[in-house]
Amino acid sequence: MPRNKIKIISILISSFLLLLPVAHAGTNVDHASLENHPENTYDSSTHHAGASSAAHDQDNHKHVDQTEEKVDAGKLIMEHIADAYDWHIATIGHKHISIPLPVIIKDHNGLHTFLSSKFNHGHNIVDGYKLEHGKLIAVNSDGVPNEHADFLDLSITKNVAAMLIAVIVLLWIMFSVAGHYKHNNHRAPKGFHNLIETLIIFIRDEVAKPSIGAKYEKFMPFLLTIFFFIFINNLFGLIPFFPGGANVTGNIAVTLVLATFTFIITSINGNKSYWGHIFAPPGVPKALWILLVPIEIIGMLNKPIVLMIRLFANITAGHIIILGFFSLIFIFGAVNQSLGLGVSVLSVAFTTFMSFLELLVAFLQAYVFTLLSSLYFGSAVEEHNHNDHH
Amino acid sequence: MELVKPGIGLLFWMTITFSIVLWLLSKFAWKPILQSIREREDSINNALNAADEARKQMDALKSDNEKLLAEARKERDKLLKEAVEMKESIIAQAKKSADEESRRIISNANDAIEKAKLNAMNELKTQIAEISVDMAEKILRKKLDDRNQQEAFVNENLKSITLN
Repeated sequence: MPRNKIKIISILISSFLLLLPVAHAGTNVDHASLENHPENTYDSSTHHAGASSAAHDQDNHKHVDQTEEKVDAGKLIMEHIADAYDWHIATIGHKHISIPLPVIIKDHNGLHTFLSSKFNHGHNIVDGYKLEHGKLIAVNSDGVPNEHADFLDLSITKNVAAMLIAVIVLLWIMFSVAGHYKHNNHRAPKGFHNLIETLIIFIRDEVAKPSIGAKYEKFMPFLLTIFFFIFINNLFGLIPFFPGGANVTGNIAVTLVLATFTFIITSINGNKSYWGHIFAPPGVPKALWILLVPIEIIGMLNKPIVLMIRLFANITAGHIIILGFFSLIFIFGAVNQSLGLGVSVLSVAFTTFMSFLELLVAFLQAYVFTLLSSLYFGSAVEEHNHNDHH
Repeated sequence: MELVKPGIGLLFWMTITFSIVLWLLSKFAWKPILQSIREREDSINNALNAADEARKQMDALKSDNEKLLAEARKERDKLLKEAVEMKESIIAQAKKSADEESRRIISNANDAIEKAKLNAMNELKTQIAEISVDMAEKILRKKLDDRNQQEAFVNENLKSITLN
């Protein structure tokens, strides 16, 4: 339904526009700080003395420019796919346009909450914490990193924010679809609603029913949730700018939680024959149990680990490839500007191709995660009488 | 490596968010959606079954109708055949009776004619006899004035009349 598409786009655009002033406020501070402080502040004394010595400052600026000329593709890519404390949108000249995100730290002094713009991209120390190469570290009062500091970092990072946006969109889509069913009972779905229903029925008939069997209904809510959660986060990850561009499903913490949910649900629903297979393998001499039981336990734990790594690696790899193609433009551009332009044509062509491939991967990985989860559930609830087979 | 080290913050928020999403979607989205889909599928299946049933009934009705039609046709053919037979037999009978009638009329007529002829002949005979007798009387009166002649005549007649 085109009306729904327009709604989605308008919501995305309006949320973007709403956040722009915030981003701009962050930018102003940032700009001012860049004038005063060169990039590499931490170990150099210029951090304190920089403002007083204009010549020195100028020197450092040149140094910064030179380092920026050399493109470090590896660093750039890692920065893009890693989590961050602010949502970087663009850099124009020395201006970093980014959305500051809340930092939440819990330590023995209590809870510290402030916006990440206070860090000034690593230039400032806030409440005894600072950012170093995008990482939050605790520092002593004299600015020396304190590696033994005990604190819990619960910040709303870029990935958390991106995930929350995706989740809000997901909830909005699904609630609107659910509402549609209340009004048009027993009528055929249309448009966008039909697309969602097709996916739901696909998960039910092609994934849940064949892999789980008769007890599939119990697992449907979880399977649908992980499928759409992964799918929408994958898709948002493919959008190159805000509110997409974060590498949510390519983050090991996210896939770890998803895989843990699958593991917990499998374990809770595991029946006698499932656990019997692990701790008392049937049809095997008792003497061999010493050997087999650990293998079975490793196998049981292996399943969610494989799930976790597959999703993480696939999505991260996709992001790395696309970013790699774009980095090529700048690597060649640094050598020779026209060479960079020439390469950009190729890069854009490759990236377009890769983006289509990533669209497929976005669906495929969501599907594979759901399929494997349902296979594990299937093995947990499967009833088999081994006396019949052996 | 930084990339494969899960961040505590993200783990925390992800667990909370995902749990809430799972709960919200299960309660307010998947349950009504799946239920509606199932109900719709059931209603479609029921409708299809009903349509099948109706078609079967229609087919049965149709074959019944055809049977009835065939029977009616057979009946009509039979009636027609009987009518034709009846017509033919009636005509034949009529012909036969007409024949008989005409034959009877003809024979009656013949009888009547015979009788009339006989009567006429008898009358004619009687009249001829009377006339003859009259003539004979006259002749006799003239001729039999004399005795001899009378006797000769009687004798002659007696000779000619033979008794049978």
